[in-house]
Amino acid sequence: MILIHCPYCDEKRPEIEFANAGQAHIARPLDPAGQSDADWEAYLFIRANPRGRHHERWRHVHGCGRFFNAVRDTVTDKFETTYKAGEPRR
Amino acid sequence: MTRFSALSLFTKAFGGHQNWPEQWPDAAPKPAYDAIIVGGGGHGLGAAYYLAKKYGINNVAVLEKGWIGGGNTGRNTTIIRSNYLYDESAHLYDHAVKLWDGLSQELNYNIMYSKRGVMMLAHNVHDVQSLQRHINANRLNGVDNEWLTPEQAKAYCPPLNISPDARHPVLGAALQRRGGTARHDSVAWGYARAAAAMGVDIIQNCAVTGIRRGANGAVEGVETTRGYIASKRVGVSAAGNTSVVMQMAGLDFPLESYPLQALVSEPIKPTFPCVVMSNTVHAYMSQSDKGELVIGAGTDQYVSYSQRGALHIVEHTLAAICEIFPIYRRMRMLRTWGGIVDVTPDRSPILGKTPVKGLYVNCGWGTGGFKATPGAGDLLAYTMAKDEPHSINAPFNLDRFRNGRFIDEAAAAAVAH
Repeated sequence: MILIHCPYCDEKRPEIEFANAGQAHIARPLDPAGQSDADWEAYLFIRANPRGRHHERWRHVHGCGRFFNAVRDTVTDKFETTYKAGEPRR
Repeated sequence: MTRFSALSLFTKAFGGHQNWPEQWPDAAPKPAYDAIIVGGGGHGLGAAYYLAKKYGINNVAVLEKGWIGGGNTGRNTTIIRSNYLYDESAHLYDHAVKLWDGLSQELNYNIMYSKRGVMMLAHNVHDVQSLQRHINANRLNGVDNEWLTPEQAKAYCPPLNISPDARHPVLGAALQRRGGTARHDSVAWGYARAAAAMGVDIIQNCAVTGIRRGANGAVEGVETTRGYIASKRVGVSAAGNTSVVMQMAGLDFPLESYPLQALVSEPIKPTFPCVVMSNTVHAYMSQSDKGELVIGAGTDQYVSYSQRGALHIVEHTLAAICEIFPIYRRMRMLRTWGGIVDVTPDRSPILGKTPVKGLYVNCGWGTGGFKATPGAGDLLAYTMAKDEPHSINAPFNLDRFRNGRFIDEAAAAAVAH
């Protein structure tokens, strides 16, 4: 089980306290009606799925309940950093 | 190729089983091929076999970055079934089940297909309704599936706890009698041997590092760790690494890769006659011919290529198994491992053409690709030979994520994803 640092609680806690919420920094389109089918496909379904450095969202469900972002290597599962939602991409 | 028979076994037995010839040569890459398959798992080897056998395309290379059968082909729980809800899925998976029949004879290789039956348990009213809907949908599609009462389920699988006081009471079960298991390594080896006998080059330790495209955008060949190999037809069957390979051709795919775990117990005498799955509490078990209980656990919640999963995922499924099959509570688990599965948004595979001419894909089988091995190989071969999908795999195109014609097995699938 991996240990995850919650940037709000400022504690390293076991993974079972957290829920993964998928790829980070995917912005909802500001003009939904102006989106093409391809735009919707990209927003809803296309994912980076990288082998290596990955930006993802986590939620500390059994802790503070808040969403935050993380950078993790998907080959080693090692976290590079975690940071609060709304902070710029690292 | 030495033909296996009772006589060949008998004569070799007298020689102490020495001097069996190698089953297929370890080929080195040639400069060019008529077709290349990326990924030497069961699906890819099957595609090469059917390309040679059905379509006369023998000048084929299968490129495997590791060793044959070392990926998900050797990491799954070897279950075969076709009791999927939607028409498209039922046709796709039943196509495979029909090919499993007789595959040992066709390949002259014992793949140990055992139709021991796949039984899915209902623990609550919703399960009963859902499984009965599946049974009705399956039967309309000509796929066998039948309803069992708890007593009938117990008779079919004696270790089952059907006590009304059980933590997970059994209200009934759906049984697909044609479902069962096969020996996964044999499937890969059998296809590899039969394909190599028809001229297919099976190239191990050869990772694809790039896909070269011409001025018109069409595929011209692949860069590998063992040099450039030209081919105008490239089929990618790389499971969890499909996203990585597709990005070499400039394509972003609707896939995410997760570790899926399985584990086996110490071997015991035959006690467990079928396959049992409980979707609600995620227990999923069969017994191998070696006597090990083979247990499928769940996926981790995060994208990973690590080929190992977290212990709490295993604990979760073992907790359910100890409740449903109390006789196994004192068993010891010997080995756990993980494989990387590529999951699509609707949990159905993508099998067909891509926007790049000459590039074909077979991916997105998620947590249940083994059962489809012969069917996926056959249909990928058809699609590559004809440059158009077969009617069975046509619905499983990449466009469905744009036009919304999903085959949404996500909620309907056997195991909670």
